[in-house]
Amino acid sequence: MKRNRILPYLLVAPTLAFVAAFTLLPLGEVLVGSFFKQRLNIPKFQHPVFTGFGNFASLFGDPDFLQVLANTGIYLAVLIPLLLIAALGLAFLLENDIPGLGLFRLSAFHPAILPMVSAATIWMFFLTPGYGLWNQFLHLFGYTGPQNWVGNPALALVSLVLVAFWKNVGFLMLFFLAGLQNLDKSVVEAARLDGAGGLRLVTRIILPLIRRQTLFVTTTAFIGAFQTVDHLFVLTQGGPSGSSTLLLYYLWEVRFDRLDIGRANAVTVIMIAILLAFTVTNFLASERNEN
Amino acid sequence: MKTRLSVILRFAVLTVLGALMFTPIVWAFAASFRPPDIPFASGNVFFSHGLSLANYAKALSLAPFARYYLNTILQVGFIIGAQLLTASLAAFAFARYRFRGDSIIFTIILLQMMIPTAALLVPNFSTIRFLGLYDTIPGIALPFFGSAFATFLLRQSFLSLPRDLGDAAAIDGCRWDQELRLIYLPTAKSAVTALMLSALSFHWNDFLWPLIITQSDTARPLTAGLVRFTQMGEIGAQWGLLSAATIIVTFPLFFLFLVFQKQFVNGYVSSGIK
Repeated sequence: MKRNRILPYLLVAPTLAFVAAFTLLPLGEVLVGSFFKQRLNIPKFQHPVFTGFGNFASLFGDPDFLQVLANTGIYLAVLIPLLLIAALGLAFLLENDIPGLGLFRLSAFHPAILPMVSAATIWMFFLTPGYGLWNQFLHLFGYTGPQNWVGNPALALVSLVLVAFWKNVGFLMLFFLAGLQNLDKSVVEAARLDGAGGLRLVTRIILPLIRRQTLFVTTTAFIGAFQTVDHLFVLTQGGPSGSSTLLLYYLWEVRFDRLDIGRANAVTVIMIAILLAFTVTNFLASERNEN
Repeated sequence: MKTRLSVILRFAVLTVLGALMFTPIVWAFAASFRPPDIPFASGNVFFSHGLSLANYAKALSLAPFARYYLNTILQVGFIIGAQLLTASLAAFAFARYRFRGDSIIFTIILLQMMIPTAALLVPNFSTIRFLGLYDTIPGIALPFFGSAFATFLLRQSFLSLPRDLGDAAAIDGCRWDQELRLIYLPTAKSAVTALMLSALSFHWNDFLWPLIITQSDTARPLTAGLVRFTQMGEIGAQWGLLSAATIIVTFPLFFLFLVFQKQFVNGYVSSGIK
């Protein structure tokens, strides 16, 4: 069979070129750049000067950066399990037919259609001190704590979790729902007849059967939470006094506020290392369960 | 008896949860129609004072939302058009031909799925400035013209066609571009829809990258425009006005979603299950 030898390369060239220009080369650029000191607002350091691990050393010696890492860790450690459990719970509730099913599914899913900045603007209003519905709602349950959620150092991060939870839970639910609907019903039925019920049925039978969806949802939730800091711009600006600054927002501050290119490159390297470590571990853990 | 009780219980739980989930957006919607001169107060926060469009009129006079719409539509249009083109060419090559280095090239492209472009905003910002595209709509769109995700999705779909079919067409004198247009793409309709919808919702809602790459209203999309609006000094805590601006920015895509709900949901889900 006659085959054109060059054609396939020409066909993949555009995609490869864009991936190279905006993913591969930039990766190399930040790796190299993280070893140089460069600050646009200090004449002496306008041009890169080699500094070895200087940027990393100064980052890990900086309490502000350590707080950013801690904030990000807490944010993810609270948000992701909450999202996964609630999304799975909603999927169970919304799996079988019930009057009003379409409306119930819409109630869970509609925030996914909004831009995060719109969701955050709506929540800024929702969280208003005084007449804000959030505080009034909590008041019904006897809440008498601080009213200004986004302006309180102990609550600013919590309000970011709230918004991200509301925005994403219905979206993630869809994937669990699809998993449950594609389950082999006879396996579940057999287990039920064998006396497995309730929580045991879920953890022993159903969860292993939908582990592909679980892997996907976990990865999506993690990467999504990591790369979305839009709500910080609207609600907290990372404050008060850095109590709600997340890693990507910090990167933006370092690059565009402090104009510290070297440090920004080092932050990018750390961020990508965390991302890759998570995706790879998560994937390997799920592969192991498979065997 | 037990099942009926459980249905009632499930209905009750869903009603409560559904009401909670809907509350923020319904409240913002109500606030946007509140006459601006009637302040909010505890116990009096929903409708009850007649409806007014004053907030909408004022929001539209304070910021060029029509321009933001045009910018967003152009930006998303460029991205989707370019992705469809580059991804269908690459996916066709990977599905139809065997060539030296094909699996290595494919793996390199897939790397893009593991590292979100948002993480690389520092070097990409320099690249876009270097290309002279700062504060332009092509500058926002360009980094997304090649998509590993779209390539992967289309390749999966193309692989369901037997290679023999392409060979037979080639023997009949079919050129490669005819093969792609007349045989491969028409069978991949659902994959194409799925990737168009996911690109639409991702880039329509994207904020951080457009924010840093734009400076003026000539290129600024809806999301960046809304945040700029919320931070305007003279606006402060005028919630009716802010809600109106949010609804202006949000409602059209929201409405589109309501109309095409099934396709949207299927598109999302099929892109997640591979």
